[in-house]
Amino acid sequence: MTAWFSFIAVLVLTAVVFFGIEAAGLRFIFGVIIPYAAVAVFVVGFVYRILKWTKSPVPFRIPTTCGQEKSLPWIKYNKLENPPGALATVGRMALEVLLFRSLFRNTKAQLRDGPALVYGSSKWLWLGGLAFHWSMLIVVLRHFRFFVDPIPAWVHYLQNLDGFFQVGLPIIYISDIVFLTAVTYLFLRRVVDSKLRYISLASDYFPLFLLGGVGVTGVLMRYFLKVDIVGVKDLAVGLVTGHPVVPEQTGVLFFIHLFLVCVLFAYFPFSKLMHMGGIFLSPTRNLANNNRVKRHINPWDYDVKVHTYEEWEDEFRDRMKEAGMPLEKE
Amino acid sequence: MSEDLIKPDELVKIDYRPAKPGWMDTKPQFRKGTFNYGAIPKNVEYLDLPFPRRWQPTDDDWQLPENWKTIILEGLRERLDRFRSLRLFMDICVRCGACADKCHYFIGSGDPKNMPVLRAELLRSVYRRDFTTAGKIMGRMVGARDLTVDVLKEWFYYFYQCTECRRCSVFCPYGIDTAEITIIARELLNLVGLCIDWIVTPAANCFRTGNHLGIQPHGFQDSVNFALDDLEEITGIRIDAPVNRKGAEILFVVPSADYFADPHYYGFLGYLALFHEIGLDYTFSAYASEGGNFGLFHSHEMMKRLNAKIYAEAKRLGVKWILGGECGHMWRVIHQYMDTLNGPADFLEVPVSPITGTRFENARATKMVHICEFTADLIRHGAIKLDPSRNDHLRVTFHDSCNPARAMGLLEEPRYIIRKSCNNFFEMPENTIREKTFCCGSGAGLGTDENIEIRMRGGLPRANAVKFVHDRYGVNMLLCICAIDKATLPTLMDYWVPEVQVGAVHEMVGNALVMKGERDRTTDYRGNPMVGREDKADE
Repeated sequence: MTAWFSFIAVLVLTAVVFFGIEAAGLRFIFGVIIPYAAVAVFVVGFVYRILKWTKSPVPFRIPTTCGQEKSLPWIKYNKLENPPGALATVGRMALEVLLFRSLFRNTKAQLRDGPALVYGSSKWLWLGGLAFHWSMLIVVLRHFRFFVDPIPAWVHYLQNLDGFFQVGLPIIYISDIVFLTAVTYLFLRRVVDSKLRYISLASDYFPLFLLGGVGVTGVLMRYFLKVDIVGVKDLAVGLVTGHPVVPEQTGVLFFIHLFLVCVLFAYFPFSKLMHMGGIFLSPTRNLANNNRVKRHINPWDYDVKVHTYEEWEDEFRDRMKEAGMPLEKE
Repeated sequence: MSEDLIKPDELVKIDYRPAKPGWMDTKPQFRKGTFNYGAIPKNVEYLDLPFPRRWQPTDDDWQLPENWKTIILEGLRERLDRFRSLRLFMDICVRCGACADKCHYFIGSGDPKNMPVLRAELLRSVYRRDFTTAGKIMGRMVGARDLTVDVLKEWFYYFYQCTECRRCSVFCPYGIDTAEITIIARELLNLVGLCIDWIVTPAANCFRTGNHLGIQPHGFQDSVNFALDDLEEITGIRIDAPVNRKGAEILFVVPSADYFADPHYYGFLGYLALFHEIGLDYTFSAYASEGGNFGLFHSHEMMKRLNAKIYAEAKRLGVKWILGGECGHMWRVIHQYMDTLNGPADFLEVPVSPITGTRFENARATKMVHICEFTADLIRHGAIKLDPSRNDHLRVTFHDSCNPARAMGLLEEPRYIIRKSCNNFFEMPENTIREKTFCCGSGAGLGTDENIEIRMRGGLPRANAVKFVHDRYGVNMLLCICAIDKATLPTLMDYWVPEVQVGAVHEMVGNALVMKGERDRTTDYRGNPMVGREDKADE
């Protein structure tokens, strides 16, 4: 139900741009105004969300420790899983952001006869997630060839690497295949695994369909239904330099691709996709476990009602005296 | 254990496939054995908490204050502004499901709302509705729903079915910590007087007398004296253990169960024997006679109120530093909160072991050292003589307690001590120990008979790992360094692996400790004969 809702939402969006271009000829709106607006929403929204998060303080230092702490000098400690200082924490975060360290731990619990609980290694989600994010990054970076003129050398280098196998004409990019496969996997696991289906919301399916739509239209344009690539580049460079030229020959497929990207950008700050920024702020990961070494200050700390020693002794003095215990006041 | 408790072979018939309808359309059943009773008004009042009243979760009418909804939503707003963790964890979950089968309660119950992701969604759904634009407009489609009495009841059921063990946060790619969400959700429930007796009563006791059990100072003194008598009987040595003594070098704080409950008590004897043997200049305090802190299971504020006694007493007694006993959540509070809550401890000195001269640099601000760090250092320096063969009648395994493992990283010290005091030590499977350790299923204030079925369910993963080493290596002793573990694991073992006993790491130290002037030892602290000395034990 939620999956269908998201799927239909993406179809409607596609229909909007299709008729917008084909029937109404709104090329300037879809080619210039919406992209600018989407980027503006993305930037402002992203910054707003980050600021909103950082406005809430971190009252306590609560890292989740995943290895031996630094304690006695002869005990080997685990720098990256239980960082004692700033540098090691950067290392831990790098592992988390670049390689999805925590997801790599994933296991699958199974209850067998006996009963015997076994926890099998389960790296598919890690692999699928890593493949998805890295291939997307490469695809995004490759797109710099549209926005910058002349094309920077590193983009050529990246393209060559990505098309390493030199199969097909135009040469098939590995990242394209990986991206679409990974998106499909991430979608299918939500539908196939009953637990995941149970927890999934429309806001989980929508970005997948959106990304899938962007990927499919991109692949169609590159490999099957050629569009006016010169016009696309003119528009892209124009958008970046502030002098956009709307291509008149470029087909509707390009506009669908562009519009879905715009929706993604505009949707980003309001959605779970903000995990991209949020992961850097996660207090269970980005703090060193130096709790007993360095005092952490809670900015909103306030005094609380306590039961003082004096009050306590007043209540129990007689009995303490009988028991021969030391007293402040006889 | 009650008669009507479900039998183990029935309990393990668990279906992990969530049934229809969706989670927003199901309500929890407050079935006996699955929930905890409401707090009695007397203790709610004693702690000046809001809306004391007589109520039970099984009542239809929970007698909520008229403006309960405003109170909760305002409370949520305030906490979103105070805790980055909360705001972030409300926003960034992608529901990837990595946490789903990491929760001991989910593994033991199959209840989909025990998946950490869904436990958090119970709160998130309300957050979305009232604090996000998408939720206001799109409602259910984006997982938003109104706060209703039923939602509140659901919160009560499931946030008192989370032991704040943080296992899920180890596996979460963003480190989302359900403990943090549960702590704050419980704070919200407290605002309208929905708290449980098993937490509020110990907290009230602790506030008044200094410990959760409500033992008054003279009773504390009696307990210590009693232990000294027992120790004399076992070792033949009469030792001393000062209470409230000013000018001692070290204040020693233990969870109250150590001196009042079985099997904690044998670990307590171990501490006393050890301190005597090394001639430690220390004191107990009857005022700070609780290291544990049920305040943590209630609210950040209550945690601070109860924890304040430790530094206050250290100051009054004029000690140099503080040593802490074996306890799980106690060490979460001491390691991650105490200095922030009630510090700075600038009136204390950086802890230095008077025996070995080791400076505990890792505790130089908080000035409190874990007994396992202290003892491991003693052993390493050859400061005590241990005869591990005295534990040869035991085949031991070690259960990492959640908090020392995941909120501290105290993994090697207890293992080092065990290896030096026992000859037969066997680790449980890799995915069930260290940072991946499974909760006893009874932590965070849930270790009572009231919710016994849920406890046996939640304890299944731990018990099953114990069963594995029991079957394979003949393990008969489950060691741990947590007072709640020691209180609740025996029940769990009786249910799942009856042949296994539960003990303290320092019980092993006590058994193995060769003391100057001791009588010929033939039994361990529990009176069980040692291997090769059975004949003598009978004499």
